[in-house]
Amino acid sequence: MKRLLRDRRGQFGLLVLAAIVLAALAAPLVSSGDPDTQRDIVATRFLPPLAGDRHGVFHPLGTDRFGRDVWTRLVYGARVSLGVGFLAVLLSITIGTAVGAVAAYWRGAVGALLLAVTDFALALPRVVLLLLLAALWRPSAALVIIVLGVTGWMSVARLVHGEVRALAARPFAEGAVALGAGRGRVLWRHLLPNALTPVIVAAALGVGNAILLEAGLSYLGLGVQPPTPSWGTMIASGRDTLVNAPWVATAPGLALALVVVACTLLGDALRDALDPARAGRER
Amino acid sequence: MLRHVTQRAIAGIAVVGGVVTLTFLLLHAAPGDPAERLLGPTATTEQLAAQRRALGLERSLPTQYATWLARAARGDWGISIATGRPVVAMFAGAWPATVRLVLLSLFFAYGLGLAVGAVQATHDGSRLDTALSITSVTLFALPGYWLGLMLVMVFTYWLRVLPAFGSAGFDSDFLTGWPRVADRLRHLALPLLTLTLIGVGGTARFVRGAMLDVLAAPFVTTARAKGLKPSHVIRRHVLRNALIPVVTLLGLSLPALFSGAVFVEAVFAWPGVGRVLVEAVQARDYPVVMAATTISAVLVVLGNLLADLLQGVVDPRIGTRQP
Repeated sequence: MKRLLRDRRGQFGLLVLAAIVLAALAAPLVSSGDPDTQRDIVATRFLPPLAGDRHGVFHPLGTDRFGRDVWTRLVYGARVSLGVGFLAVLLSITIGTAVGAVAAYWRGAVGALLLAVTDFALALPRVVLLLLLAALWRPSAALVIIVLGVTGWMSVARLVHGEVRALAARPFAEGAVALGAGRGRVLWRHLLPNALTPVIVAAALGVGNAILLEAGLSYLGLGVQPPTPSWGTMIASGRDTLVNAPWVATAPGLALALVVVACTLLGDALRDALDPARAGRER
Repeated sequence: MLRHVTQRAIAGIAVVGGVVTLTFLLLHAAPGDPAERLLGPTATTEQLAAQRRALGLERSLPTQYATWLARAARGDWGISIATGRPVVAMFAGAWPATVRLVLLSLFFAYGLGLAVGAVQATHDGSRLDTALSITSVTLFALPGYWLGLMLVMVFTYWLRVLPAFGSAGFDSDFLTGWPRVADRLRHLALPLLTLTLIGVGGTARFVRGAMLDVLAAPFVTTARAKGLKPSHVIRRHVLRNALIPVVTLLGLSLPALFSGAVFVEAVFAWPGVGRVLVEAVQARDYPVVMAATTISAVLVVLGNLLADLLQGVVDPRIGTRQP
């Protein structure tokens, strides 16, 4: 932890993510209320950033074509984007860890089958699968979480499988078995806690990726549905007004990039902090 | 070597078969069917039943699946439910556009990524390295469709130099020779730039890491101790070995690149497989979706196979060592 905080990338990542999470949690306090508010559309639409409208409401990032405040929608959209990203990664990590650990520790038919399934799933074109699943059922945030979760667990399973296999051959694992601990207990108490290091790194990197994909699906109209603000739907709605109101599409894209950069840098810093062998070399 | 390739090819065919079966099951497991989409909410039960019979949807799933497979094997991919055009014709025009876009962006992204990553690794820790790192991580994080929109905003609306969508202008049929080529290139510029910029970030990050790993290896120290020129060590010893993981990444990144192309095609209305897929999925166009997933699965499998073969070229030791 200390090493993570000394790392400039870790500081940046943590700071940015903390700021955005705080803003999302405190959305009603830091914005002008309801993200779907439409006052007088004709008078308040397409206001440029830093403008105030006739009702005395200040719009730091301007308004969209319905006169809705872009900053407010951005902050509420952060709830959706971050929430979906975190939950999807949590789901994929849970599945991946379970599959990887079981495959590594119950070798034989079960393990071979699980590994074959993992390899097969890894070779599937993920976005095609995402499009299919998202288009065939009624789009919603919950569906996006599930879809991202069930299409993203394979690399985690591979990681955990490798770690657990290596750890199971170590003396402390044999010691635990010799002391009479059951297989489940050895796996749960001795092997998994030690195997989680690469999983944490993969999770940090995965959150950024999941947020990007969620926005992509929403952009295509297959994810979170309007008028619920999500960064993807915001970019999509700004697409048609690029000429006269470029800020509508620009703001959520920048927010998206900022979060993904923060996740990536945090992941890099975490990897170095958790793996002392690399730390001396890379900055 | 041949045995290895055969094994991989068989595994690839299994994957394609799995994707096709999975797609078929998913399509039919989901609520709603094309008959409802075609006839709208006002259709009566009898009309729906008649439409289903016309489309062959009332038969049992195994029968439908077997029929589809048998026809597809003979090159008959059916007729699009939404557009009424033969599926084969829809894709005959679409796949070259996608392959062109993906291969070109792959070429530029890896060329640039290798150069940037190599410069960073050889100037590890310098200001230049930091600046390039920040650039590449930012590019890596940008959503493709958003970057595409921003480029359209700058190059089409502000500078008015490049077209925003399509792969050819309205008048392209009347153009011949150089103007025709120029028209094509101008339309290609923005989608290609978008995909390339996004690819460069990830590649540069990866190349930098791979080269630093090799630079720390004892044989590099030995090569330097022998008094070899630094540039020679970098080119022949470091870069060559760093290429091995990079080529692996190349194969693994093809699906990602293809998915990136799906979004970018949607933004630029690029007439490729991705756009056909998105439109077909939204319209629940069974035959087109089946064909699109099959094609993308084949593309992905071929990409992995190609990376596998390339790996043997880059690292001769791999060819003889059976996994």
